[in-house]
Amino acid sequence: MVKITKLSPLEIYKLLPRKSGCRLCGEDSCMAFAIKLLSLQTNLEKCKPLIEDPSFRENYEKLSKLLKPPVKEIEIGVGDRKVVIGGKHVVHRHELMLKNPTAIAIDVSDDLDKDKIIEKVEFINNFKYEYVGYELKLDLIAVRSVTNDPERFKSTLKIVNEYSKKPIIICSTDPEVIHAGLEVLDKERPLIYTATTKNWIKVLELVRRFKVPVTISSLGKINDLISLVKTFKKYGVSDLCLDPGTIPENLGYTLTIFTLTRWKACEEENEDYGYPLIGTPISIWLSGIEKDMLVFWESMIASMLMIRFADLLIMHSTEAVTYLPLVIQRFNYYSDPRKPSSVKPGLRIVGKPDEYAPVLVTTNFVLTYSLVSSDIEKSKIDAYLLIIDTEGYAVDVSVAAGKFTGEAVAKVIRESGIEGMVKHRTLIIPGKASRIAGEIEDATGWKVVAGPQDSSEIGTFIKTRWQEIVGKGSS
Amino acid sequence: MKRERKSIDEVLKSVISSLLKDLEDADEVVLENVTLDIEELTFELPSTLLPLIEKKVIEEKPIEITPEKAVFEEPTIEWKGRIVEVKIGAGSRKVTYVVGGEEKPRFYSLNYTPPHKPILSMDVFDTRIPLPKAVKDHFKDLLDNPTEWAAYCVEKLGADMVNIHLVSTDPNFKDTTPREAAKVVEEILQRINTPLCIGGSGHPKKDVEVFKVITEITSGERVIINSVNLDMKLEEIAPLIKKHGHVVVAFVPMDLDKARQLVRKLRQWLDKEDILLDMNTAGIGYGWEYAFTATERARLAALKGDEELQHPLVSAISNSWTAREAWMKMPEYWGLREVRGPLWEILTGISSLIAGADYLMILHPLTLKILKTIINQIFEIKREIEIAEWVSKKL
Repeated sequence: MVKITKLSPLEIYKLLPRKSGCRLCGEDSCMAFAIKLLSLQTNLEKCKPLIEDPSFRENYEKLSKLLKPPVKEIEIGVGDRKVVIGGKHVVHRHELMLKNPTAIAIDVSDDLDKDKIIEKVEFINNFKYEYVGYELKLDLIAVRSVTNDPERFKSTLKIVNEYSKKPIIICSTDPEVIHAGLEVLDKERPLIYTATTKNWIKVLELVRRFKVPVTISSLGKINDLISLVKTFKKYGVSDLCLDPGTIPENLGYTLTIFTLTRWKACEEENEDYGYPLIGTPISIWLSGIEKDMLVFWESMIASMLMIRFADLLIMHSTEAVTYLPLVIQRFNYYSDPRKPSSVKPGLRIVGKPDEYAPVLVTTNFVLTYSLVSSDIEKSKIDAYLLIIDTEGYAVDVSVAAGKFTGEAVAKVIRESGIEGMVKHRTLIIPGKASRIAGEIEDATGWKVVAGPQDSSEIGTFIKTRWQEIVGKGSS
Repeated sequence: MKRERKSIDEVLKSVISSLLKDLEDADEVVLENVTLDIEELTFELPSTLLPLIEKKVIEEKPIEITPEKAVFEEPTIEWKGRIVEVKIGAGSRKVTYVVGGEEKPRFYSLNYTPPHKPILSMDVFDTRIPLPKAVKDHFKDLLDNPTEWAAYCVEKLGADMVNIHLVSTDPNFKDTTPREAAKVVEEILQRINTPLCIGGSGHPKKDVEVFKVITEITSGERVIINSVNLDMKLEEIAPLIKKHGHVVVAFVPMDLDKARQLVRKLRQWLDKEDILLDMNTAGIGYGWEYAFTATERARLAALKGDEELQHPLVSAISNSWTAREAWMKMPEYWGLREVRGPLWEILTGISSLIAGADYLMILHPLTLKILKTIINQIFEIKREIEIAEWVSKKL
């Protein structure tokens, strides 16, 4: 098998139906479709002739094989309560955009009373953070049997299933408990956590019968892990996830095993290693670390494993601060490495600006935008911030490349309705864009003032000069 | 009605595929009243259906045996390069360090331990600047006394060394002269016995003037000059760094080509073992991924043999405090900023360590404490140990 990054679009192209002008996949040509397939921006199933015409059956199979990720894609849950993990083609994010961001699961144990269960489920349901225009959330609930009582586990699962909007992981090593759980979630496709060298025979029978994905845990012994993978595959079970063990006392080992497992899957194409990796930062809760330090440690271990190839994390904390950096970092890590990260163009309101408040302009490069808005907030200024579409480039680059233009500014003025919000007509543009001030004045009809070179000086600039500027602008 | 004549092949194909479909839900299929009057018959099954049939074959129950034995073999990956070892501190320094020397990327082998652990240094500023509340609350009056601030970091907090940033020299700020600014450097060198890292204000012209004085008054101490970049007149400062026996940080904004270019230029005056490389660091949510990937790529390329990138890496994780989530007051739900701030710096720090950073610049004491613990753990030989089972434990 050839790594997807080593394939040429031509190799894909020649297997496509090549019906000219068909455009059913949304691309202008089969070549464009082939290129997008290789950069994982579309999927084969969008090519209707390939799927529907029996004469292309063989080509479809060949293409599926060529594009098959070395790390298997596993679905947990069904319908709109579904999470997909794995599906990785490469080890490092700079090689190719990574699919299926690391899913985060939080545990609920069956010793809790109903109110506590609901409270925890609601925490997971409601966690939501807005970051550069996107909503960042948590993904799954791991229901854990600590009572080892199948009936108790059933009733816990029923409550979770009733209140939760997320897919479920059944956590137990006791086959009877797992069985009870599967009876409750018969149609929900939960992930089983976990099969070990001790319980594997019964768990294998259960997952075969209920057709659900299963985790294989090796408790820190990699040979056992791979032995179990081979055994499960032999008996026809291949929806597997791998848990090599997250060992709080030996994280160097954990990081190394995660790295080498992913390497063997992607670089050696060893199919026994080609399954999603599961990290369990929850295990830090048994390590005896002081309570007030647990937030830091659990979050840190999760972060380490996330950037070292974990496809799913099982965690315990119910403090939102534990997850805040993780969901942002996950968004960053799984962003397309080829594109400059950008925010949505348009108007942002900072503080409570009135109709004489300053109107500033910046680019939609995420870093520029974030720094500018954070600098304005920091200096406690009420202002309007217009974000123009520079295709994600920073100020200096976009001015030089002709992406920061008078027309781009005029467009955002028109579409934002800013002219109805302020009584003045004065724009502050970045200092680094001063040489196109005239062009912007011509295109917008607004008076244009060049602001400071660095956004950290916006506060001082506004506080010392805005009154004078806006006075002149309106006279 | 005209009946189309179908070839026997077509008929069989359709019969077989519907049979196979039935097989999906059934364990066995009995064909009743079927006579096949054919002498020779070949089945050509579409290959997509094969896995389905195979699955049916292994319906036997797994029996009580130990699972098939497999042995994990560590992949053999060829790493041709080696990071140069850079010595920090000399002269009157009682403590000195060496960074670099690695021959494999971090966490790529169970049988390899890097020769040197990364250095954890604390940031100190020569004058009051706006700092996050969590940081101010900790250092309090020390913020007005950079020398004692530095001593506190080394003696009380256990930092390996400190970075004194001469921010007062900024022409747009206090514009102190290089001579004036140098006084605190001399004081700190007398007060502590670890090596010192000395930074300017980030102004490309003024920094050259400041470094001219600093390199001279610290002659022979092998300090780290932090930092030089492609916007500077390198010919004015690089020869002095060499002459007085110092180490320099080559800074580039997340760009491998620029890194090579800057290193090439610097090597006109400096040796390979005098240069550290800083690919820039950004906090989570504020361009972190660009810096992380640039750092990781630089290290991977160096170990694959890219000679110009074989320098120990510097990462100013204190940059993570520019992320608003690190310093801003937020609704109670998101936790106190005294927790969020260090958390941001810790997570940014651990990612730098994973990517390959050898020298971290830190602002908050808690970050130092936790990263120190984790470094001592993860940079040791990794042995296989059985983990505690958490699945059924009450937590």
